[in-house]
Amino acid sequence: MVDWYQKLAESAETGTPPAASMMVSGACVELTQAFDVLPLYPEVNALQLAIRRQSLEPILAAEEFGYASDNCAYVKADIGAYFKGITPTGSPLPKPALVLCNFVGCNTYVKWFEHVSVIMEAPLYVLDVPFLRAGEPSADAIAYVVRQLKELVVKLEEITGKQLDMDKLREAVWCSSQVEEYWSKIKHLARRSPSPFDAYFDAITLMGPLYVHRATREGVAFFKQALEELELKAELDREAGVRERFRLVFEGPPPYPHFRAFRDMFAKWNACAVASTYSTVGGLWEFGARHDPDNPFESIALHMIEHNVTNRNMQQRNEQIKRYVEEWDADGVIIHFVKSCRLFSAGQGDMREYFSRTLGVPTLYVESDLADPRYFSTAQLQTRVDAYFEALEMHKSARTSAHVG
Amino acid sequence: MNDLYVTCEDIISDIDFKTVRDWKDRTGGKAVGYFPVYAPAEIIHAAGMLPVGLAGAGDRLDIQHADARFGSFICSIVKTTLELGMTDHLAAFDALLFTSICDSARNLCYVMQRNFPEKYVDFLHLPHNPSSPAAAEFLASEYRRLSARLEELGGEPYDEVAVLHAIESFNENRALTRSLCDWRAERPHLMKASELYALVRAGNYLPVEQHTEMLVAAGAEFEGRAAKARDSIRVVVEGAFCEQPPIDVVRIIEQAGCYVVDDDLTIGRRWFTEDISTDGDPMMALAQAYLDKSVYSSVRHDFRKPRSQGLVEKVRNRKADAVIMLVAKFCEPAYFDYVLFKQELEKEGIPHLLIEFEEKLFTFENLRMEVETFAESLLFA
Ligand code: SF4
Ligand code: SF4
Repeated sequence: MVDWYQKLAESAETGTPPAASMMVSGACVELTQAFDVLPLYPEVNALQLAIRRQSLEPILAAEEFGYASDNCAYVKADIGAYFKGITPTGSPLPKPALVLCNFVGCNTYVKWFEHVSVIMEAPLYVLDVPFLRAGEPSADAIAYVVRQLKELVVKLEEITGKQLDMDKLREAVWCSSQVEEYWSKIKHLARRSPSPFDAYFDAITLMGPLYVHRATREGVAFFKQALEELELKAELDREAGVRERFRLVFEGPPPYPHFRAFRDMFAKWNACAVASTYSTVGGLWEFGARHDPDNPFESIALHMIEHNVTNRNMQQRNEQIKRYVEEWDADGVIIHFVKSCRLFSAGQGDMREYFSRTLGVPTLYVESDLADPRYFSTAQLQTRVDAYFEALEMHKSARTSAHVG
Repeated sequence: MNDLYVTCEDIISDIDFKTVRDWKDRTGGKAVGYFPVYAPAEIIHAAGMLPVGLAGAGDRLDIQHADARFGSFICSIVKTTLELGMTDHLAAFDALLFTSICDSARNLCYVMQRNFPEKYVDFLHLPHNPSSPAAAEFLASEYRRLSARLEELGGEPYDEVAVLHAIESFNENRALTRSLCDWRAERPHLMKASELYALVRAGNYLPVEQHTEMLVAAGAEFEGRAAKARDSIRVVVEGAFCEQPPIDVVRIIEQAGCYVVDDDLTIGRRWFTEDISTDGDPMMALAQAYLDKSVYSSVRHDFRKPRSQGLVEKVRNRKADAVIMLVAKFCEPAYFDYVLFKQELEKEGIPHLLIEFEEKLFTFENLRMEVETFAESLLFA
């Protein structure tokens, strides 16, 4: 990631390579990679500012400018930081040669990128991805996205002055398919008990490289090594008899400004996330989907439409979590309601209803925010989390004795 | 108040949907409720069903269940619509249709689907990239899909002629609505914004032909009116394209010294700037019209033309003095657009006032004072 920020700083100074702003979810980074265009992710900037506790100042600046206190705080952190000249690392960020709004589920994306385009005076292209309704996208939806990807190629050709090199595109798509394979295997390691990593709090450190380097050889090498290290750790943990006390599935993005404090609330109970929906924002690969170098455009389109959590509907998200609970053998579900993010949070109360009432899975529902530090109440959250684990403990022992009996 | 407007107000405030139930009893047909803002009502009509524009529950329902499902920071209409469902007020609807207007509405679609498995609940993806030559074909495919599902639900099989007729009926209705809006902008002292609002919105709950007759009757009645103009500022009301404010909010804006010369209340009923073509494939015609002939709106994205430009043009065309941004609490599309609208209005020297509302819980007296102060500051500037 340091390397990426360095490249962005170079691009800011020299104009090469050109950068394209994109959204993390369903990013067609294979295509930009084929043109050596640098991806610039405003979401990652917002996240970095939040986790470094630098997001409040830009959020306030954005509110001063006219944003509402209830607009997505990622947008406010990013745009406010631009006004204030703040960047996560202190080094400059380039002006995008193209503001590429890969609209994948989140309606805020369209607004955000429209604003970025106006404020930075950079050209905008909205790549419209039909929302996933049924289990599989229709042929019309795929054709629509493929045609737009080809329109995008023309834009990238204009920006870079290069023709699309199909071999290079296939290579990028191949790299992604390899990374997805490793990443998926990493996700499946968490099915073991104990899980060698936390699939919510730790997964986040692997998500950045997934978006930035997925379509490169460096990305492949990085994820191969990550898998090997985690496999080794799994083995060592098993031998040492390490045990986690609770296995959980997390839904919703984390509260970045209070990441540590939130994590500690669960660590205190020796609980481990074995799966999370948030770690599938960039792509949902643990159920088998991969990019396909033989069908680069179609597989990029399929990734955008079908294989990322943000473009899937609530019922499909429920189903995804249910599979995690069953196949990753979890004890309970934690729903983190993020006030900023209606994509995730609107209707999460119904999700709680589904898991706790319909399926009988112990479910905790807590509220805060992913970038705005003002919506986190440590004492209140701790009390809720503690009460949840106390009940979960009882639930588990009741289940075990019922099982034994 | 004239009987016609009393009737309209009764219709729009009826959360038991008597007009819909009566229509069903009379015809034996099915009813399809669609969530704001826009839905291709022509296709539903052509299937022999009644398209009904939903608009929340106003202040007529206490929320008992929906808060627990949607929590804080979500607009009222999402919650009251779910509450209507959970309290059996939507029993008359065989199907519910949602479109890609915002994340809350989209998630509501799937919460509805889970909670009401006996209904056909679907989601139409209206394209966000009208610049793509592929968008019209894709949207037409969405419309064909809807038409096929309605047929499965017991609707008339797809018939091109029936859709063309439906387009004609809705064209007529929209043309009349547009002309009433123009008439009002010319003589706002003769037509109250609350009257026009109730009249137009009543169309959400009636067969289109019946509503067209109402518009004709209203037009004739307006023509006969006479009154003296008062000292008022001319305002465009913008922002309530989806969730609707209590009608008293519209009244107060007028009483407090404003002539509303244009607004985007129930904008779905005047979505098109001109008639939809009745030549060729009607599904393509509907799709093409959505992409190229519809009004700007915070939930329709067309980066070929900024929406702030649409607002400024509206202000200029209607010779308005100011804009009242009337925004539903927690409506993210409106909140976002406010930022760019504000910039543009300031650049153009057009004054504006921001008001937030909810379906319920409205402090009318504060509102009156705010609007009065705003209007006076412009009148006596
Ligand atoms: S609303 Fe959610 S998904 Fe959309 S930009 Fe904000 S945080 Fe991301
Ligand atoms: S009022 Fe706004 S936020 Fe609520 S459903 Fe309508 S468009 Fe979405």
